[in-house]
Amino acid sequence: MTEYILRRVLLAIPTIVLVIFLSFIVMRLVPGDLVTQMMAERPYATQQDKDQLRKELGLDRPLPVQFLNYLGHAFQGDLGISPWTHRPVTDELKNRLPVTAEFGLYAIVLGLLIALPVGVISAMRQDTVEDYTSRSFAILALSVPYFFTATLLIVFPEKWFGWSPPLIYKPWSAGPFSHLEYFFWPALLLGVSLAGTVMRMTRTMMLEVLRQDYIRTAWAKGLRERMIITRHALKNAFIPVITIIGLQVGTAVGGTIILESIFNMPGIGRYFVSAILQRDYPSVQGVVLVLAIIIVFVNLVVDVLYGVLDPRVRYG
Amino acid sequence: MAQTTAAMQLPASAEPHRRLPFYLEVCVRLAKEKPMGLFSAIVVLVLFAMAVAAPLIAPFGPNELGVGTRLTGPSWGHIMGTDNLGRDVFSRVVYGARVSMTIGVAAVVVPTIIGLGIGVLSGYFGGLTDMIAQRFVDAFIAFPALVFLLAVAAVFRGHQVPGLPATGLLSTTNVVLMVSVGLLLGIGTSRIIRSATIQVKDSTYMEAARSLGCGHGRMIFVYVVPNVMAPTITLATLGLGVAILIEASLSFLGLGVPPDTPTWGGMLSREARSWMTQAPWMAIFPGGALSLAVFAFNMLGDALRDLLDPRLRNS
Repeated sequence: MTEYILRRVLLAIPTIVLVIFLSFIVMRLVPGDLVTQMMAERPYATQQDKDQLRKELGLDRPLPVQFLNYLGHAFQGDLGISPWTHRPVTDELKNRLPVTAEFGLYAIVLGLLIALPVGVISAMRQDTVEDYTSRSFAILALSVPYFFTATLLIVFPEKWFGWSPPLIYKPWSAGPFSHLEYFFWPALLLGVSLAGTVMRMTRTMMLEVLRQDYIRTAWAKGLRERMIITRHALKNAFIPVITIIGLQVGTAVGGTIILESIFNMPGIGRYFVSAILQRDYPSVQGVVLVLAIIIVFVNLVVDVLYGVLDPRVRYG
Repeated sequence: MAQTTAAMQLPASAEPHRRLPFYLEVCVRLAKEKPMGLFSAIVVLVLFAMAVAAPLIAPFGPNELGVGTRLTGPSWGHIMGTDNLGRDVFSRVVYGARVSMTIGVAAVVVPTIIGLGIGVLSGYFGGLTDMIAQRFVDAFIAFPALVFLLAVAAVFRGHQVPGLPATGLLSTTNVVLMVSVGLLLGIGTSRIIRSATIQVKDSTYMEAARSLGCGHGRMIFVYVVPNVMAPTITLATLGLGVAILIEASLSFLGLGVPPDTPTWGGMLSREARSWMTQAPWMAIFPGGALSLAVFAFNMLGDALRDLLDPRLRNS
């Protein structure tokens, strides 16, 4: 088992370096760089000023040197300084990451709380009203974008009941209730949209498992339905579902970027959007790096869980 | 395989059963067996027609200011109301279909070419080609989609690719968006096409073709590609919904299509939201159109998968 985990960790490192490299290159490929943009505010700047700024930002050195330099600092936890705010990117991320992580976690938990039971019931009662209702719900959840549902949530309750979801971030110190209330609505919206995929996967896998011989044996032994479902079917059906949950983390990251902008959340998603608009290289790279590490890490955990839950994977 | 079974059954039946061409047969079965799939197909056709014939359908220009009183609700003159600049919401929704459908078409063409290219070559040749191609695919899949697209959109922001018009459907931003969404979907697709290719590769007819001395080109184009078309079609249809959502998300964030082109995502964006409490129709109609389009593509993709996946077909 230790060897299996170790092998997975080692395989993850080149992926992360490749991701850093790609984000580094993509930001520098196209002309019209950061310096041009920063100088746009100073129309009388001479070529000399530009060269000076370029030198200060370290952009005059050859790309490979810049990259190795960046990589070296990144491994020591130094992600550079934002040329716009003059604040270290690492500090910004440290302040903002917990907010995004908390939001993403709530969304995934809420999504699973909806998806798993509904998916299981849908499979148990195949081709009944419950099944059709939940399948339609799943497709709707996949089709209706969360920025649309968020808009509706903000517009209509306000109009009809004079109530709207809180749109100002409440830290934990403002009281646990208002803190959780603030996160609840965006997390629910994102959770529902994540639930669609997980629900469909759960249903398909449950249907496949419920047709297996050992389930028939369990019925023949006279076990109760609850026992069969929880003890025999769920365990086997959940293994592929876990992969889907791992993949959903990437989708959730995209969702946090959009919903943070709508709900004015001080997380890394909103920071990322503004960094992109300003071509703030160090910040964009910092966010991409952190997100890539999170996603690679989650997939690592998923792979390891796979090994724990399914011995065939470990020894295969 | 379908042809061999048909040939074996032939003597048994009194008169030979004429098979419809494959794609026509799929259409007929879609109509017969999948009412929701048929409904979705009709919705998709209507949306395409709307996009093509937008100037004929829309009563006003999409950017025509003050065609009605500002912020009035739906009425006979403006069936979806007017927005904060007095523009006709219905006309904007109709024109908005153009962007979504163009992205949609690109999301079929580009990923199919990329997916088939990488998937078939990787699966067919195997070995080192496969190794290298798949590591590249791995790194790409590990990257969050929206983050990739935002980064690409940021890089090309405010730049002109020479030879492309400054505005309209083929402006730089649009083309960059189509290519990057296509790349993203295509690389995902290539995984599944690769495994389909590996399955096809081991079949008897491939062995027969090889023993007859077919070259790689003929093997790939005559035997492999037609046989992996089923998953390709399904993935393309499902990808359409994803592509439309992605474009809408980017436009919503203000990083998609330039604001002079009306898009469903852009109509829901930040600037518009400040007016929506007063004029909810500004949100409902573009959002509804967007949801309906994605819903239709998802349902159609599902129906096609049920019809085309042999594993599901036999059960």
